[in-house]
Order: sequence, then C-alpha cells, then structure tokens
Amino acid sequence: MSTMTYALTDSATMLRRQLKHMARYPSLTFMLIAMPVVFLLLFVYVFGGTLGDGLGGPSGGREAYIGYVVPGILMMTIAGAVQGTSISVAMDMTEGIVDRFRTMAIARVSVLTGHVLGSMIQILLGLVVVLGIALAIGYRPNAGPADWLALLGVFALIAFALTWLTVAAGISAKSAETASNTPMPLMFMPFIGSGFVPTDSMPGAMQWFADYQPFTPWIEATRGLLDDTGTDGTDLALTVAWAAAIALLGYLIARAKFNKR
Amino acid sequence: MFALGLMLTLIPPTRRGTMSTAKPLAIEARGLRKSYGDNTVLDGIDLAVPEGTIFSLLGPNGAGKTTTVNILSTLIGADAGKAFIAGHDTARDADRVRGAIGVTGQFAAVDNLLTGTENLHLMGRLHHLGRKETRRRAAELIEQFDLVDAARRVPSTYSGGMRRRLDIAMSLMGDPRVIFLDEPTTGLDPRSRRTMWTIIRELVAGGVTILLTTQYLDEADQLADRIAVLDGGRIVAEGSADELKRLIPGGHVSLRLNRADQIEKAANALGANATDPEQLTIQVPGDSSVASLRSLIDALDRESIEVADLTVHTPDLDDVFLALTGRPEHTQESTR
Repeated sequence: MSTMTYALTDSATMLRRQLKHMARYPSLTFMLIAMPVVFLLLFVYVFGGTLGDGLGGPSGGREAYIGYVVPGILMMTIAGAVQGTSISVAMDMTEGIVDRFRTMAIARVSVLTGHVLGSMIQILLGLVVVLGIALAIGYRPNAGPADWLALLGVFALIAFALTWLTVAAGISAKSAETASNTPMPLMFMPFIGSGFVPTDSMPGAMQWFADYQPFTPWIEATRGLLDDTGTDGTDLALTVAWAAAIALLGYLIARAKFNKR
Repeated sequence: MFALGLMLTLIPPTRRGTMSTAKPLAIEARGLRKSYGDNTVLDGIDLAVPEGTIFSLLGPNGAGKTTTVNILSTLIGADAGKAFIAGHDTARDADRVRGAIGVTGQFAAVDNLLTGTENLHLMGRLHHLGRKETRRRAAELIEQFDLVDAARRVPSTYSGGMRRRLDIAMSLMGDPRVIFLDEPTTGLDPRSRRTMWTIIRELVAGGVTILLTTQYLDEADQLADRIAVLDGGRIVAEGSADELKRLIPGGHVSLRLNRADQIEKAANALGANATDPEQLTIQVPGDSSVASLRSLIDALDRESIEVADLTVHTPDLDDVFLALTGRPEHTQESTR
C-alpha cells in the first residue's frame, strides 16, 4: 500500500475510534446539541415576538422571527459543537494514547483527521436535530432538493473549517478545561453578525465588524438557500473563501503543533 | 585493539553482527544529548544492546531515563548524537524505527473509552494486519496476558496491573522486535510486579530485545542482562548486576549481641565499621566466604562475646547506587 492509502485507511480507523467514543460518551454530544436548541426556544418564544416586529417585514411577530433566526441558530450549532472537538482532542493529548500513536508507523495526520471527520458527523447530526425541532415549532423553509444539497455542502464546508481550527486549539491547550474555553468566542460570532438581527440595526464599528466577519456570509448563504430567495453569488463565494482560509490555517497550526509536541 | 575499534566505527551498525560471532545490536546510541533551556537532561549517553537481551536503565527520578526512551522511540529528537534501532536511524528513518518497536510508556497508553478487545483491534488495524489476523492476535494476547476478564470492559474499571498488561499487549500487536518498557512496574502491587517480570522474561525468550527503565534496583537485578546506572543525564556505571556489585565493597557481617557492655570490646576486636548500641548490633566488613566467617567466629570465641544472631549481607544494587552517586537511592527519591 502507498502512503496515500495508508493515510486513508488510518483515518478511517481513527474515525471509527471517534464514533465509538461518541457512542460510549453520548452526554457530550447531547450537551452540544441541547445548547443551540435552548437558544432556539429562547429566541423564538421569549424574544421572538418583539424582535420579529423589528424586522420590518409585512407580517412581523414570532412567525417572521423564526424564519429569520434559524440560520443563525444553525451556525451556532456548528460553532458550539466544535467545542467538543477541542475537548476531545485535548483529552487525547493529555492521555498517553497519542504518544503511543506517535511511536507507531502510521500516517500521523490520521490522528487529527479522525477527529475532524468524527466531529463533522457529530455536527451534521446536530444540525438535523436542531432543524427538526425548528420544523416542529413552526419553521417553514422554502428550500427545494437542489437547495438542500447545496446546504449540505455549505454546512460540511463550514464544519470542516471550524473543526480544523478547534483541533488546533485542542492541541495547543494544556488541559481539557482550557480546550473547552478557547473556542467559546465562536459561539458569540453569530450574534455579532446577521444571525439574530440585521447588521444595519447595529452601531457603526460593530456593524462594520458584523458585515465583514466570516459568519455573516455563512449565515446569509444558509438563509438564502433555506428561503430559496435566490442566493447571492458573493455570499457563496465568500463562504467558500472564508471556510477554505480557516481550514488551511487550522490545519497548518494543528500539524505544526502535533509534530512538535 | 585500536585498529579493531576503528574498524567498528566505520562499519554501519547493522552489519557488525555479520562481522563477528557477537549478536547484532538491536539498540545503539552514541553521544545522545538533550537539554531544555539551561537544564541538561542527557549529557552524552552511549548504549549498545545486543538482540535478544534485556537492558536496564536504572536511576532515580529525573535521571534522564524517560528522555532516553523518548529519543530512542522517535517521540522527541536529540540535540546531538545518533541512535539506531534495528539498524535504522531514529532521526532519518523514523518510520522504519516505528515499524520495529513497541513502546509502553510510564503512563498507560490505552484508550479509556474502548474495551480491552477494542483497544487491541485498534492497534491491529493501525498495523494494517487485516481483519482475520487482527482478531487472531488480539484473542491470543488476551489469553496470554490473562485479560479475558478485561476484554469486554473499559479500562477505567481495571486494576493497575490489568491496565499495564493491556498496555503491553497493545504494544505487542505489531509483533515488535524491540520493546521499550518505561517503568513497567511503578505503582504495581508485589503480585502484579511478579506477573510483569514473568511476562518480560517470556518476551525475551521469544527473541525480542527489551530496554527497561526502572528505579527499582531489585527489578534490574532480577531481569536485566546488562544494567546502566543513570544519574544526572550520564551513565555512571554499566555492566551485569554481578559486575556492578563487584565494583563496590558493600559486603559485611551484621552481629547482634546479647550484652550491651560487650559492644565496644567486640567492635575493637573485630574491626567493626559501624555500631548501634541501642539495637546491640555491630557491622564487620567482610565477604560471605567460609574462611572469613570462620575467622570471625574464632575471634568471637576467643573474646567470649555472646552473639544473639548473625547475618551475612552481600552487596546489592542499593550499595552500588550509594557508592556511585554518593547518596542513597531512597533518600533521593523522597526529596524529589
């Protein structure tokens, strides 16, 4: 077998390990999914009535707001779930098992790709659950089959980028506690973007940040696909560009730190 | 002699075995150095371990044992020096080295969320053994290491001995030719230690080479063909257990007397080097030969000294350590 096939089979082996971990330790997955669900319910039922009126649409109220906020909650699902990636990477690093992997003739990167692939599956699972609950409480997207397919691609891309970033955070962390705190700011990014209110309702500097941070095009692309309002090509291009840049950055840091340890 | 030495340094380590009747070297290190900032951890380590033997690195905490193992097992690089495992350069040919070794570190490197069997299967898959061979070897090792009980449970439910046994079993899934055991019995109860010793002896009987680090002198004494005493990043002595013991004059006869008033008299007559009036004991330097014991007993009779009991103390590695590093192993352990 060549180096490439080794990298693939070893990654598959490590992915299997991650999936077993998730099955053995479901409380982490549960917690990661529960959090955006709580935010969904909170924003729809507590703030939704008022915020919906402020959107300035024809209907307003809670129903208008649920249509607006779901893409933001979905981004929050991804941003929250990658905290789990960081924690499980850090736990691996602090236990002896990774040193064992490092003394074996395996494709080294597979230790990390196993985490990335495992987290991506966890994230997609979380997105399905959150979307399901949103539908159950009255969310009605207009997306057709092609939109859903495109959405899957967008979600996978964003998940890929943020997991690599948090794998890097997990390796750099000295303990599992630090590792769970480092990705915390990601959770707030949908707030300081177009996730919960339109950015033009924000004050100057904050609006500027909100317009140019990666979560805003991610949220807008998702919103466009879900509402089937014809996606802005710029948002899709920005989505891909940001995701690619963040994934590359995370990968390079993670690889360097992993080899250096 | 000089010419031979010169020749040996010119021939790559793998080929040396074919030159003479000596076994080829499984582990070779020349001038290994490692420091972290100002702290020199290894200060020029040379090792030569022939195939199929147990070599022990003996030393207190902080002597550099684990650092040596980490360099030899490709976990970290050395600042200077070279190391070869089964003829492969640890720096330039790390993957070949990794293919030849099994490592059991100081802290059990098992996956705590996987069962014993799953841990072994994970290793089998990473060694690309194939499904059938993975299952066969895992079942075999579970049997061999008395892990039948543990096979279906996760390691958090294991005893310390079971964790170590699983740890070593995992290292063996890839059928390594060289095995590193970093303090394999630290923290184990006496029975688990004995089990571990038996396992180690059986491994070597199967032809593998073992590098064992330990801070237990009796362990090195029991298991190792050769021992290197490590202190402050240097090898301060090297040889078989017997050779090391011969290095130091640690033998003495310990006498416990019946009467306190005879202690001084006995000490003078026998040339004792230590007395303990409270315990009524004196220590007389000497070996365990019958001749020296006879002359000792003759002297006791001559002086009419009443002796309660007599013990002959042959030097052990504790004495070696004391003599070589200028401090007892135990006190140092407790001060770190």
